[in-house]
Amino acid sequence: MSLDVDVRLDRESFSLDVALSAAPGEVVAVLGPNGAGKSTLLGILSGLLRPDAGHVRVGDQTVTDVGAGVFVPAHRRGVGLLAQQALLFPHMTAEANVAFGPRAQGVPKREAEARARALLADVLPDVPGLPGRKPAQLSGGQQQRVALARAIAPEPGLLLLDEPLAALDVDAAPAMRSLLRRVIRDGKQTAVLVTHSALDALVLADRVVVLGRGRVVEQGPTREVLGRPRSAFTARIAGLDLIPGVREAGVLRTGDGTMIAGRETGGPAGTGEPAVAVFPPSAVAVFAEEPHGSPRNVLPVRLASIEPRGDVVRLRAAPREGGPEWLDGLAADVTPAAVADLAAEPGSALWFAVKATEVEIHPAG
Amino acid sequence: MTAPPATRARAPRKPDRHEQPVGLPWFVWIPAGLAFLLIALPVVGLLWKADWARMPELLLSDAALDALRLSLETAAISTLLCILLGGPLAVVLARGRLPGLRTLRSVVLLPLVLPPVVGGLALLFLLGRTGLVGRGLELAFGITVPFTTAAVVLAQTFVALPFLVVSLEGALRTAGRRYEAVAATLGASPSLAFRRVTIPLVLPGLASGAVLAFARCMGEFGATIAFAGSLQGTTRTLPLLVYLERETDVDGAVALSLLLVVVAIVVIVVGRPRGSEGLT
Repeated sequence: MSLDVDVRLDRESFSLDVALSAAPGEVVAVLGPNGAGKSTLLGILSGLLRPDAGHVRVGDQTVTDVGAGVFVPAHRRGVGLLAQQALLFPHMTAEANVAFGPRAQGVPKREAEARARALLADVLPDVPGLPGRKPAQLSGGQQQRVALARAIAPEPGLLLLDEPLAALDVDAAPAMRSLLRRVIRDGKQTAVLVTHSALDALVLADRVVVLGRGRVVEQGPTREVLGRPRSAFTARIAGLDLIPGVREAGVLRTGDGTMIAGRETGGPAGTGEPAVAVFPPSAVAVFAEEPHGSPRNVLPVRLASIEPRGDVVRLRAAPREGGPEWLDGLAADVTPAAVADLAAEPGSALWFAVKATEVEIHPAG
Repeated sequence: MTAPPATRARAPRKPDRHEQPVGLPWFVWIPAGLAFLLIALPVVGLLWKADWARMPELLLSDAALDALRLSLETAAISTLLCILLGGPLAVVLARGRLPGLRTLRSVVLLPLVLPPVVGGLALLFLLGRTGLVGRGLELAFGITVPFTTAAVVLAQTFVALPFLVVSLEGALRTAGRRYEAVAATLGASPSLAFRRVTIPLVLPGLASGAVLAFARCMGEFGATIAFAGSLQGTTRTLPLLVYLERETDVDGAVALSLLLVVVAIVVIVVGRPRGSEGLT
């Protein structure tokens, strides 16, 4: 079923004002950092929160309409939820958990149980005796799979996914991610996925809506938005470096006049049009002395922070005294050995260098 | 995203002989030992004092059997009343959105801290022939409550209710509303979610609360003697009989006391493990 939302909710220190829609069978990812209003949005959709203004329509049913005084309670919305925690009912077997939704809808017991067993066999085919097991006898990843089966068993018109992978072990997350892709995306289940992971959005969602401080910052097809972010905010979430400016022949000119060389994408565009330069942090080389020689973009920065990230180290830049604002937050991924060679610590003056071939310049209209 | 940490399935851990826990300071052992002896020794004293040869005779006397039967019956009825009335009260206290809920909770706890005999007197002044409600009952229906078995049940329910309410309210709070929210997203109406999800989740808390309430009813003395008096077969429960026998037949009092100790131990053994394993 389709989804059409346009709501506003005000709290003392926070306000949410969001419009979004999903076509039938579409998966929309809502991406944003903590505090962006993702949970509030889900609460409004599921009927656990009442917005101050606006409406929510699922298919042809209006479930919330503040103006008309319509508020359908959570249990009559046909909106399912898969949360970070599996929250399986601990006193019921896996089968009873999955059959709970259909039973609540009035599906006869035998039929509901048969549906539950079929769904369990689909999400967890290789666990013997699964239907009769209690949640405490299942691992975290297995519980989350059962929770997925439970969430789709009542055939909800809209399924909400609230960080469904965030609480899983690193071993369990990839398998759960591909299961979600198969069941939700390939199964044409209309869904809203809330996440702070660009990877989850890329794998699972057709479209992405980037949320920041309760507002939609950017939206569009997932690959486009995450591959060519238009705002520093989205780029930070997507894990990409981004420099705003205007386009000139073959380069991007920033507000302070710095020229960034790169490859132009997105077709011909006139000089002076707003544009962004985007590159991955792994393409950035870091020097203690100003490098000379091969043609590349060289940016004088001050080191703001050093963050270990798996087997690389992410260096975050800040502008030097009087330097341009857009340098703030630029990231470079380097090896631990390189950090040791640089002998850099927060506050050190460094040079970030990136080859022109690694930089993409996108129109940012 | 703010959410409590994931609850993972975890097998009950066996003590590991390699484990070297952080030790206790030496000075807690002596008062701890004294405290234990303070509880255990009086019971040993009862056993020491008991006249085991006359035990069957003492326990099977008419007065004793009457009192035991009355105690078990009234305690059972009172516990049932506690569940039927206190259960919903606990739900309101844990889940309700009423102004003044904190005050309401304090009032509910009153019988816990009030001397039982004061509670008994209060009941008497409310339901006695000249009382606020008692006079009306007498005039309209010819019903007299004080000094009847019903008065025993009322007195016991009065003192035991907070035990059930507190225990169950704690279980309801621990269980939280998350499961109920999940049930709602699965299409369960509030009443279905309450029956199929909430009640089963708090059943251990309800059970341990009921066991505590039953034990409190079995031991009730002050409120009963003030409100219901001490009439054999009607209002003279075991604790009242023990107190009476103490004056005339010490051996009988000791025998009946031991009977109450046995009942108490049964209650602890039956009720305690389930209660501490569950959500309470």
